[in-house]
Amino acid sequence: MAGQVDALYIYLLLVSGVMTALIYIAVTVLAIKYRRKPGREAHQIEGSTILEISWSIIPFFVMLTFFIWGAVIYFKERTPPADATEVYVVAKQWMWKIEHMEGQREINELHVPVGQDIKLIMTSQDVIHSFFIPAFRVKQDVLPGRYTTLWFKATVPGRYHLFCAEYCGTNHSGMGGDIVVMEPQDYAQWMAGGPSAPLQETGKQLFTQLGCATCHRFDVQGRGPNLTGVYNKAVLLEDGRTVIADENYVRESILNPTAKIVSGFKPVMPTFQGIVSDEQLNALVAYVKSLAQPPTGTAGLQNQPATSPAQPQNMQVQ
Amino acid sequence: MASTVIPANQAQAPAPKLNYLNNGHSLKSWLLTTDHKRIAVLYLISVTVFFFLGGFFAMLIRLELLTPQGDLMQADTYNKVFTMHGMIMVFFFLIPVVPAVLGNFLIPIMIGAKDLAFPRINLLSWYLYMVGGIMISHVMLTGGVDTGWTFYSPFSTEYTNTKIVEAGLAAFMAGFSSIFTGLNFIVTIHRMRAPGLTWNRLPLFVWANYATSIIMILGTPVVAITIVLVAVERLFHLGIFDPRLGGDPLLFQHLFWFYSHPAVYIMILPSMGVISELITCFSRKRVFGYNFVALSSIAIAVIGFLVWAHHMFVAGISLYAAMIFSFLTFFVGVPSAVKVFNWTATLYRGSITYATPMLYAFGFIGLFTIGGLTGLFLATLGIDVHVTDTYFVVAHFHYVMVGGVLMGYLGGMHFWWPKISGRMYPEGWAKLSALFVFVGFNLTFFPQFILGYVGMPRRYWQYPPEFQVLNVLSTAGSSVLAVGYLLPMIYFLWSLKYGPIAPANPWGAAGLEWKTTSPPPTFNFDETPVVTWEAYNYDEIPAPKELEGPGER
Repeated sequence: MAGQVDALYIYLLLVSGVMTALIYIAVTVLAIKYRRKPGREAHQIEGSTILEISWSIIPFFVMLTFFIWGAVIYFKERTPPADATEVYVVAKQWMWKIEHMEGQREINELHVPVGQDIKLIMTSQDVIHSFFIPAFRVKQDVLPGRYTTLWFKATVPGRYHLFCAEYCGTNHSGMGGDIVVMEPQDYAQWMAGGPSAPLQETGKQLFTQLGCATCHRFDVQGRGPNLTGVYNKAVLLEDGRTVIADENYVRESILNPTAKIVSGFKPVMPTFQGIVSDEQLNALVAYVKSLAQPPTGTAGLQNQPATSPAQPQNMQVQ
Repeated sequence: MASTVIPANQAQAPAPKLNYLNNGHSLKSWLLTTDHKRIAVLYLISVTVFFFLGGFFAMLIRLELLTPQGDLMQADTYNKVFTMHGMIMVFFFLIPVVPAVLGNFLIPIMIGAKDLAFPRINLLSWYLYMVGGIMISHVMLTGGVDTGWTFYSPFSTEYTNTKIVEAGLAAFMAGFSSIFTGLNFIVTIHRMRAPGLTWNRLPLFVWANYATSIIMILGTPVVAITIVLVAVERLFHLGIFDPRLGGDPLLFQHLFWFYSHPAVYIMILPSMGVISELITCFSRKRVFGYNFVALSSIAIAVIGFLVWAHHMFVAGISLYAAMIFSFLTFFVGVPSAVKVFNWTATLYRGSITYATPMLYAFGFIGLFTIGGLTGLFLATLGIDVHVTDTYFVVAHFHYVMVGGVLMGYLGGMHFWWPKISGRMYPEGWAKLSALFVFVGFNLTFFPQFILGYVGMPRRYWQYPPEFQVLNVLSTAGSSVLAVGYLLPMIYFLWSLKYGPIAPANPWGAAGLEWKTTSPPPTFNFDETPVVTWEAYNYDEIPAPKELEGPGER
């Protein structure tokens, strides 16, 4: 991606360099050639519609090439490959917390293997931050209360700057770190050094601990939808809308369950805002995503509403 | 050194008649004046104070960035310093500077009116501006504010304990000041033009201020609302922007940029108007394509309202929203480019002299070209992702706002100083300072483009050592620039007492303001002028013999 951005940048530099040179030369030459001389009056000219229309339209078409090329690159930057390795990022004042799917965690460092597409799923615990790797020409703001994503593929092993690019308070300029790009075998070795359980395993344990499993059942129909195979599928809502159950939807459903009720279900789920941390949320989301492939014999999307009336639970919003 | 344009002995005898300056000397006659020219002078003094205050903070920033470590001040102090620099320069200098000083002074005279339509509201504008200015000074002296001038939520609403509400109210006050100014200009330009002064005979400076006024009255209320919402969320914890309270932080950015992007045109358009006056006068020609230049101001004002989200390409807006805003942004590039081309074409077959105002006009074209073209880089999505929030953006908007607005303002100040003060400034010193400004400016800000592309984020108190060379260049340039800004301050003051007496029309310029005395009488004209000529009728006005030309040295 860096090469593509640089190519476009060089194209823009050339075009604007030529433009700047033309204007500078024109101003200089005209200013000298038509300097005041005794006996020579200024020649009054009204203007020229043809000239003016052409120097409105021609630059516009040149600019359209900037737009199209830039939009193509942007489209690629915003569309992660489906098989990219996912890494969760939680930003807070003033550090970057990284969670790999394998369970490895790190702070202000992100180890990645060379040649692999990496998709970062990012959120913030407090204010807006921005994940910026200048060497890869990528940047994405990281917001509280939702996920944003960024992807890249590193091509040369080494250490690269990671900066926070959105002003976030006192130690904004200290909120940096390194992207460590490693050869695949070194990366495998580094990854093996981690003691933790895979992220979706942590999520599965939380799913039981927090009592999610009592309603979101996999055997019989519970009070909540069966989550098997839900991720990245269209979901029909109670109000008739259809949404894609992406990471942000799963996240919102945990923190603000009544925002988008699935068709046929009652708004009985309590919020987990303030109960689960951003890291735990990531684990839960990773777990729900891991359920995307339905095991045989489960109901999948064939969710039916619960027959027994649900008792609203009272849990404090914190 | 101080070769002057008009030798004193050839100037008219000191005007014995009453003018706006000697019509009353008491403090009350100034503080309660409703004369647009006196109010312009009040603004001139106050924006100058704020300019040097903002400049002082800029110097602190540049000194801190001389070394990679944060060693001159604490991180918190640095954050407050750049916030003050931004707030003061944007709200208390760049937005009011050309409309409130030059516009206030000149628009009624240029259209042959006695005053603005609402002289008391005009005075109120200045008082609101001063209340805002005193509030921001109070904030500055009692702890400051550390959000940057952009006030992004939720940092501003929930995560900082600095004086957000008071600083916001200061901007709110300054905002109302500019709403009133805009209202005053629009009504004045519609209702008070002299007989015969049709719309297509108006000086382009008036057109530019008219376009600016539209933005002021349509855009500024939105930022006022935004400031109130920030205060409400901060004081009462109502969820508007903070997602923890159920708000949306992107809503803040949409509201903020809906005003703050058009605000860039509030700053630049009046300066563009100045440049049109300067280029025509010192080429002794009518402007090339009057209609295109006049309407391009209106086009910029209108299209300028449709591009705000180009500040948010990496903020988390949808892919297609970003594409639409990128596309629309290129549209606003067209009228700006048209102006530059038309000014350049105006030089063709002119009779050009190089007095200081013209040097500033050349400087404006040079710097605005770079500022405008780098704006296209930022409008290009794939590039913006990399360079947004880096020093590339910092360099770009300084090229437009400082390179553009300030070159226009200083050019205009030199051009109309004889009219405002009744005295000529020293031409040699003025040329020297124009050179300092141009060289110092480029040395300060050009390295920042490179700095941004190699990845230095903005608002950084410390930075990796590999960025130091470019930062040192930038700091060196800023000290040259500072000299360039201090010089006019000194020689303008000097000229008040020692400058040669200015004649009514030292430049042989077109425009009604040159048909009255320097300085003008309180009601501008002894009798209402009747306009029977087109704008920039330089073929009908004799060039002054003394006007300095390269062939006459």
